[in-house]
Amino acid sequence: MTHLDIQGLSVTIPSPAGPVQAVRSIDLCIAKGEIHGLIGESGCGKTMIGMALLGLTPAGAQVAARVFKFDRIDLATSAAALRGKRIALISQDPAAALNPVLTIGRQMDDVLLTHSQQRKKDRTAAAAALLAATGLPDAAKLMKRYPHQLSGGMQQRVVIAQALATGADFLIADEPTTALDVTVGAQVLALLRKLVADRGLTVLMITHDMDVVAAVCDRATVLYAGLSVETGPASAILTRPRHPYTSALLAALPDAAPHGQKLAAIEGQIPPSTETISGCAFELRCPVATAVCHGAPPPARGSDDHHWLCHLAEGAP
Amino acid sequence: MDLVRYTLRRVFLSVFVVVGVTFLVFVVAQVVPSDPAALYAGPRPTAEQIAKARVTLDLDAPLPQRFVRFATAMGTGDFGVSYKSRRLISQDLRVYLPATLELASFSTFLALLLGIPAGVIAAARRGSWLDRLGSLGSILSVAMPTFFFAMLLQLVFSQWLGILPLAGRLSQQMSISDPLPFLTGFNLIDAVTAGRPAVFLDALAHLILPALTLAAYPAGIAMRLTRAAMIEILAGRHIVAARALGLSAPRILFGHALPNAVGPALTVIGLSFAYALTGAVLVEIIFAWPGLGRYVSEAILSKDFPVIAAATLVVTLCYVMMNLVIDLTQTLVDPRVALT
Ligand SMILES: Nc1ncnc2c1ncn2[C@@H]1O[C@H](COP(=O)(O)OP(=O)(O)OP(=O)(O)O)[C@@H](O)[C@H]1O
Ligand SMILES: [Mg+2]
Repeated sequence: MTHLDIQGLSVTIPSPAGPVQAVRSIDLCIAKGEIHGLIGESGCGKTMIGMALLGLTPAGAQVAARVFKFDRIDLATSAAALRGKRIALISQDPAAALNPVLTIGRQMDDVLLTHSQQRKKDRTAAAAALLAATGLPDAAKLMKRYPHQLSGGMQQRVVIAQALATGADFLIADEPTTALDVTVGAQVLALLRKLVADRGLTVLMITHDMDVVAAVCDRATVLYAGLSVETGPASAILTRPRHPYTSALLAALPDAAPHGQKLAAIEGQIPPSTETISGCAFELRCPVATAVCHGAPPPARGSDDHHWLCHLAEGAP
Repeated sequence: MDLVRYTLRRVFLSVFVVVGVTFLVFVVAQVVPSDPAALYAGPRPTAEQIAKARVTLDLDAPLPQRFVRFATAMGTGDFGVSYKSRRLISQDLRVYLPATLELASFSTFLALLLGIPAGVIAAARRGSWLDRLGSLGSILSVAMPTFFFAMLLQLVFSQWLGILPLAGRLSQQMSISDPLPFLTGFNLIDAVTAGRPAVFLDALAHLILPALTLAAYPAGIAMRLTRAAMIEILAGRHIVAARALGLSAPRILFGHALPNAVGPALTVIGLSFAYALTGAVLVEIIFAWPGLGRYVSEAILSKDFPVIAAATLVVTLCYVMMNLVIDLTQTLVDPRVALT
């Protein structure tokens, strides 16, 4: 069953240099209990999609969509009401996401206080239980400490515990492992997967790292310049990519390059978000682009399960 | 432990400052072109009287010896006698210092009470008419001359509205018919301990206008510092995170953002207190407030050097102690302040 249903989402932010199209047109369908990867280069609008889901786009931003529904509730009108109740955020940098001058206990308690009518004693017990569930034992001691006294991995676990404390069933994890070293990042991913299984959560996993998609995602959507260019099962995206941009991303992975050979980095840059795109957004960087790619927007191809936007029937090289 | 070492170092630094100021005061006394012996000897002294005064004041001993004697006397609270009134300075200070400290503390309290919420609201409603009004108010309060503001307050609250007394520290009938027993010298405190609510209210009424006058400048500074700090804090990612967790706007503003601004708030306390101690000279004269400021300004006019020295040292001591407390508080409320 579709839990999150977004079609044609765009976010436009006014700026002195003209309107910034942070998100141009996104389709995103996520089923309940799914971990859905959202992958793309820096600046392609990943974080802004998350902010639109939370109703936290910058002041003056215009959010528009043909369909914008979470659990059949219209997000266009109810995002603020669902924020921190059904939908919670785990952000990229846990050190920045925690308040530096408040203890962990106080920050957990504030969330619980907002979302329940429990008494102080029960809230403390609930906080301890949530911290334990995220792999943080000895909660009593931990709750007296300040964020800077914890390691990055512990901080991210606290942030996850806070998200759980809201009672939300949909988590937006915005690059949750980028600030962590590889082994700690892997532990946090494993924790998230366990929580999804145990608690029936649904996760939008924002990342720029194909390894994260490979490690935890059921399905994934590839983003390019604010457009969702390919969506499908994670395995298909990783092994049978159909959009030339997806295959370029995969080719850029370190272990895809044979020993001693230069990394296949993607040449060029994403079009500026102030620019209007008339044809295919990836045309200028695409290794297989032809004359047809110019002018009209590319059509959707493939099936409901796995589809992509490309002018070329044969797709990725 | 870090905190102990930090505290010891701060205390040592404070002692160093106090000794330094003592030395400065002593040096200044030597270079000021006036003869203490002539002053001490009274009006129209004869040469003989002056010579006698030189001996009494021990003015012919070598300088280092006199400095040591001076510093020891100051250190033990023996400030000597006023050249002018021949009264014991320590006894005068016992009365005047609490009056000034009461005024300074209360004005600092008012400055924070007015400035910090105004800054928080201006930052939360940045760009709105409330913000502009606050900015205008802060500019006015910083730029308006003290004496003008004092007269304005007296005019409005005392002359026109008649709700607050014009000057003084207590009403005549209160201080003469039934004087408050002297305990701390802080009228507000003494009235409470004596269980006299009427005196308390009378003392408070007298305190408001001079304290407001002294609070204007630091309140304006407090507003701008708080506003700037809060704007930066509110743009922080932990605020976005708190909003994404569904916390209410007031809880985020006061419970999450404001605690990050204790640094500027504490800075303002120190600044406000220092301003009140020095600003007291003018304000105490305008409001006929029997405090250190008035005492010392009279001493300056009559070149009554022991009084000036004693007042300078006492003010330095108050200020240094206040800063010490602020620095230590800072380490306690903000866990990130490195204890170095
Ligand atoms: N507050 C803002 N005002 C104007 N433009 C913005 C604002 N925030 C983001 N943008 C623009 O929106 C676009 C998308 O930004 P977004 O942060 O969503 O990218 P991202 O995919 O999350 O990148 P990264 O991987 O670096 O986090 C960028 O072009 C960015 O410059
Ligand atoms: Mg981002």
